[in-house]
Amino acid sequence: MSEMAESRIVLHFPKKLLDQPVISTAIQRYHLSFNILRANITQDQEGLMVLGLEGEPQSIEAAVEWMREQGVRVRPLDKDVTRDDARCTHCGACVVVCPTGALALDLDSREVIFDAEQCVACGICVPVCPPRAMSIHF
Amino acid sequence: MAKTYEEINAKIRSGDVVVVTAEEMVGIVADLGPAEAAQKIDVVTTGTFGPMCSSGAVINVGHTTPRMKITQAWINDVRVECGLAAVDMYIGATAVAEGDPLNREHPGLFSYGGAHVIHDLVAGHDVRLRAAAYGTDCYPRKELDSWLNIRDLNEAYMLNPRNSYQNYNVAVNQFSDRDIYTYMGVVKKDLGSANYCSAGQLSPLLNDPYQRTIGIGTRIFIGGAQGFVYWQGTQHDPTGERTDGGVPKGGAATLGTIGDLKQMDPRYVVGVSFLGYGVSLALGIGTAIPILDEEMAAFTGVSDADIVAPVTDYSRNYGLNEGAPLRRVSYAELKSGSIELEGRTVPTTPLSSYVRAREIAGELKSWVQSGKFLLTEPVQAFPGPSDSPGFKMFNNRPVEEEGCE
Repeated sequence: MSEMAESRIVLHFPKKLLDQPVISTAIQRYHLSFNILRANITQDQEGLMVLGLEGEPQSIEAAVEWMREQGVRVRPLDKDVTRDDARCTHCGACVVVCPTGALALDLDSREVIFDAEQCVACGICVPVCPPRAMSIHF
Repeated sequence: MAKTYEEINAKIRSGDVVVVTAEEMVGIVADLGPAEAAQKIDVVTTGTFGPMCSSGAVINVGHTTPRMKITQAWINDVRVECGLAAVDMYIGATAVAEGDPLNREHPGLFSYGGAHVIHDLVAGHDVRLRAAAYGTDCYPRKELDSWLNIRDLNEAYMLNPRNSYQNYNVAVNQFSDRDIYTYMGVVKKDLGSANYCSAGQLSPLLNDPYQRTIGIGTRIFIGGAQGFVYWQGTQHDPTGERTDGGVPKGGAATLGTIGDLKQMDPRYVVGVSFLGYGVSLALGIGTAIPILDEEMAAFTGVSDADIVAPVTDYSRNYGLNEGAPLRRVSYAELKSGSIELEGRTVPTTPLSSYVRAREIAGELKSWVQSGKFLLTEPVQAFPGPSDSPGFKMFNNRPVEEEGCE
């Protein structure tokens, strides 16, 4: 058996796909397991889901390709929440609200470390950041 | 043997001065003891970078043609104070832009305010001034709408009634069933966070607990420029309880500060927005403390383990002036990432940037080493523990009938 991989992706479902079982079909078809990190319907009635996929790397790739063919927009998660390092003052106000520890204080350097790998793009840090260094792009 | 300000300044001028930051001084005093440290070290620099609400800037925009006695004005839609002469104004840091929904949709964002205007001026950005007047014989103009840039202003200086609080509360949320939104940031429900705001061992007034070397006229680092202390800050109260080392166990001394906005660096003058609370100015302040004798060496050797702060409930007790602190915790505990409260481990979060505090103390150290920054003996000392009137709460005398004294 080949090595398993994990991939975190952001899915945008156009209105017409909201009632389709796209994800369950994809994971059955490509033998993947999944973890829903976040899901909601946006103001323009689009579906938005942040998903962790586990399986063989080529299966994940094929599943993503198949979902794209169905009309889902798929992007890697790490592009969605970003920090403007010129604005961040490393005060630490974000640390306590981050639910996953993606924003954490390094106890030696006292810098706030942003680990995009752990970020689930919940967006809570965006309005909490006093100098507004965090932004979210979906 | 004691040193004088003159002797230390002579060493600064000749380049022989020995300067360390307050963080470096901790280990030096621990290793050598205060007597030897006082002989080796001449100056200790401090730094802090955090939200300081009681800040603002005086500007003089120059006279318009025709002349105008400005009575109302807005910069980037933020109302500025005009109750002064014709073209003098005061930009209060916490004023929020007009039209902001404030907390009508809670928690409000408070995205732009006076502190952001001050930052934009320091950064050299154009800002928009709108002004109105009633018109007089000598000042006929009634309206103005113009771009404004700091280079065109006659004067632009920060004039801050209260900065650099000596120690501060640690905020927790003990009673609310939801997270609360405060000037100490988001404080999580069920004692879910402990929010603190001090540079601790690097903080200016914690390194000179009785203000022996800081008073009226003291030269300081403010916003990246050299400025001065012009008075004790508002709410200055040195009368509270102290540790054996003399460090106040809660908020105590404060500084009134002044500095030229035109010399400042936008890195150290940052507009900040506290969700659900409002706008504030994150400002960098630093001091250079002369090590006159063994006592000053001991004071500046203070470490995070020696400084304690009161853990205060902000969901009820702070707002209603009730209750007592849950306990006092040291900055060493706070900086470890969690503290013990009511038998629970509570994560801590700072509001004051230690990274930038370090940077300021380091910058000031290099100014002193290169002879750019000379020390000043206070023109007059602040009121101390024995002669300060202390801090008064508001004396509320509800107005019912004609009954004023």
